[in-house]
Amino acid sequence: MTDTATANPVHEWIANAVAEHPVILFMKGEPEQPRCGFSAVTVQILDHLGVEFVGVDVLQNDQLREGIKSFSDWPTIPQLYVKGEFVGGCDIVREMFQSGELKSLLEEQGLLAA
Amino acid sequence: MSQPDLEAALREGFPDAEIEITDLAGDGDHYKARIVSAAFKGMPRVRQHQLVYASLKGKMGGELHALALETSAPA
Repeated sequence: MTDTATANPVHEWIANAVAEHPVILFMKGEPEQPRCGFSAVTVQILDHLGVEFVGVDVLQNDQLREGIKSFSDWPTIPQLYVKGEFVGGCDIVREMFQSGELKSLLEEQGLLAA
Repeated sequence: MSQPDLEAALREGFPDAEIEITDLAGDGDHYKARIVSAAFKGMPRVRQHQLVYASLKGKMGGELHALALETSAPA
């Protein structure tokens, strides 16, 4: 998050969205129909863990597509947020899933039954 | 982005690092990089990857479509 968060309406929208939804994935396409392999893998992992999440399709809005990159200081999509914290993109989510860290994180946050 | 260009950018950003690049698709657009550098010590993964993206000076997501990253500090 940057100092400009309040000055930029897109950043403000994103800040509200990540505060409102405990698990939110900014992705290409809808969770039911991802339009990029990296987004698809990330959705599969979240589905596999059985955690409820909200998917936001950044392809619906160019401002959002660029805004999420500057908001997170992260150049690629997908981007996963848990309890308002940026967790990472596809590689990090996959690594954390494989090591069991992602499941632990979701359990600690009370988003998955331990 | 060609593999030598990618490697040169990463070497410039992480002079001490052990860097291993794999061309995943053979199309000059999808790479995997394994980078082991002391610069990553004590950093969460998101910060490690942000550091790598910074060394690519905005090329990631544009000129370079896909770069799978595996970063760590030397054991």
